[in-house]
Amino acid sequence: MTAKDTRTAKRSARPSSAPPAEDLAGENPAALRKLLRDMLLIRRFEERAGEQYALGKVGGFCHLYIGQEAVAVGAMAALRDDDLIMCSYREHGQALARGVSARAVMAELFGKATGSSGGKGGSMHIFDREKGFLGGHAIVAGHIPLVTGAAFAIKYKGGDQVAVGFFGEAAVNNGAFHESLNMAALWKLPAIYVCENNRYGMGTALERASAMYDIAARTCSYDMPGETVDGMDPLAVRGAMARAAKRARERYIPTLLEARTYRFMGHSMSDPIHGHYRTKEEVELQKARDPVVTFRRTLVDAGMLDDVMWESMQAEVEAEVEDAVRFADESPDPEPAELYTHVYRAP
Amino acid sequence: MPTVTYRDALNQALREEMRRDPRVFLMGEEVGVYQGAYKVSRGLLDEFGPLRVVDTPITELGFAGVGVGAAMAGLVPVVEFMTWNFALLAMDQIINSAAKMLYMSGGQVSMPIVFRGPGGPALQLAAQHSQAFESFYANVPGLKVVAPSTPADAKGLLKSAIRDDNPVVFIEGEMLYNTKGEVPEGEYTIPIGVADVKREGTDVTIVAHAKMVAVALRAADELAKEGIGAEVVDPRTIRPLDVATLTASVRKTNRCVIVEEGWPFAGVGAQVAYDIQREAFDHLDAPIVRVTGADVPMPYNKPLEKLAKPDAAKVVAACKQVLYQA
Repeated sequence: MTAKDTRTAKRSARPSSAPPAEDLAGENPAALRKLLRDMLLIRRFEERAGEQYALGKVGGFCHLYIGQEAVAVGAMAALRDDDLIMCSYREHGQALARGVSARAVMAELFGKATGSSGGKGGSMHIFDREKGFLGGHAIVAGHIPLVTGAAFAIKYKGGDQVAVGFFGEAAVNNGAFHESLNMAALWKLPAIYVCENNRYGMGTALERASAMYDIAARTCSYDMPGETVDGMDPLAVRGAMARAAKRARERYIPTLLEARTYRFMGHSMSDPIHGHYRTKEEVELQKARDPVVTFRRTLVDAGMLDDVMWESMQAEVEAEVEDAVRFADESPDPEPAELYTHVYRAP
Repeated sequence: MPTVTYRDALNQALREEMRRDPRVFLMGEEVGVYQGAYKVSRGLLDEFGPLRVVDTPITELGFAGVGVGAAMAGLVPVVEFMTWNFALLAMDQIINSAAKMLYMSGGQVSMPIVFRGPGGPALQLAAQHSQAFESFYANVPGLKVVAPSTPADAKGLLKSAIRDDNPVVFIEGEMLYNTKGEVPEGEYTIPIGVADVKREGTDVTIVAHAKMVAVALRAADELAKEGIGAEVVDPRTIRPLDVATLTASVRKTNRCVIVEEGWPFAGVGAQVAYDIQREAFDHLDAPIVRVTGADVPMPYNKPLEKLAKPDAAKVVAACKQVLYQA
């Protein structure tokens, strides 16, 4: 769907059905297998994170990304190493897709000194400055102005990076979202706002929270390009991100991207997968769109993946996650003196 | 030494720091074309252009967050709030984003940003425009809170705030912008966290910051006529608080009155009184007395407003109370 189409898009709350597979001719098979591997890593990592939460190794709130892997993986595949990324609190997947090590993310979930934020951030505040990964942020929509500010800084310095923000569909009803998009369009900032529409803000369905259901269409208020993509298809996400990044790098034009996806787990580890707010049947129906299963099939059909490759990919990923869990478990807690470090930066 | 208004002293600080460091930029409502709602940014747009002097929509949450994001990406933003009353909308960004970024990133992401603008009541602006928020921000670890009382302090402290690698809440005064004072020529800064004795005395210590320093000095003049020597100590910075200088004064005078525009409950004076009794309990000859804004939303009516604000007469009365001369 092009930017223009979005403005007249039909109101629809239904997740888009999988589009016809993009033509894979010209694609590098190894690069596509890497996308599958990245999604599989997130899937296995999150399964283990949930298990470790149940064992009491992970505390606080823990929001799993299972079901949404194609968004982070597809988006990151279109970005450069010097781009800046900010996320909401459901950001384990983006961190892994960005190349933050599974060890550093798992250790952060465990609250250990070896974690990406030294154990002070936890599941909701993963940072890796060197990777341009500027945080998970835990107030819904609160980081959207920060993305705008990072884009402002890029333009201020005359750079051609992009600032990318990931957030859920519940954030778009928040003032911070509107204030940010208005300024980004007004000042022509190289920002890409990625709305991961997983249909539910905790237990509140989009239709119960939003007066209009077509999120990308909200860009008509800001004269900003908007695009809706199948968030279960990493190639569709990658394509849309590439188009948005090109606009931002070359012409400082911001974009709102709506990726229609679905959360297979509860809002956080303490929430039910289904219950009063959605039915088991709905969740099962959505699982037919499972991005890992679907994309694997796409690669098999295209002759880019055989059983041997798949088995070895699985073994590799499982070993990586197992290693991350062991590393996190064996790592030390931060020293008590760390309580008082990093409150202020010393001159 | 040249005599300069508080407004122009701030303007000099901004201009000098923007010349010194190309990463410094100013953003806020009416800071550019309009030359600043209170003219603090007069002439800056002409000198530095619209990239560095940025007029924003009326969207405090949004542009405060833009400042925070810009700081995360390597700039040094000075975010102007037309008044601190409007910054309530931006509190999520100041407290949840700016104050915590360094800590929750495990020391990876610094936050060199200044949030500045006038705070405290002016004249007959009524309930929503007449509030002093120093204690709100001073409660938050990660923030520094500065509230200068004179042009020289305003300039030296704003320059330090801009150079600081931490988020600084810089609270000016609408009623102070026109006040004049001597400002040193040339380059100088005043360190954050250092109090200043504005007037020496031996009989009673008056602790006051920002606009209340002038009130305290008027009270000291009145007390001098009766042979009472009041020492006026201006913390200048609310967080970090220079407890050593405050208690040194109280050890000398043995009596203390604390003045602030804000509300009494959990106000700045509550913390100052706690610190002084902890550090100088044996030196106190009387319980510490606080003079604060009345514990009410600010009324519009002029006589009622006067009743609600600290003034020299109230400070004189408080000093006599701690001297047991009431």
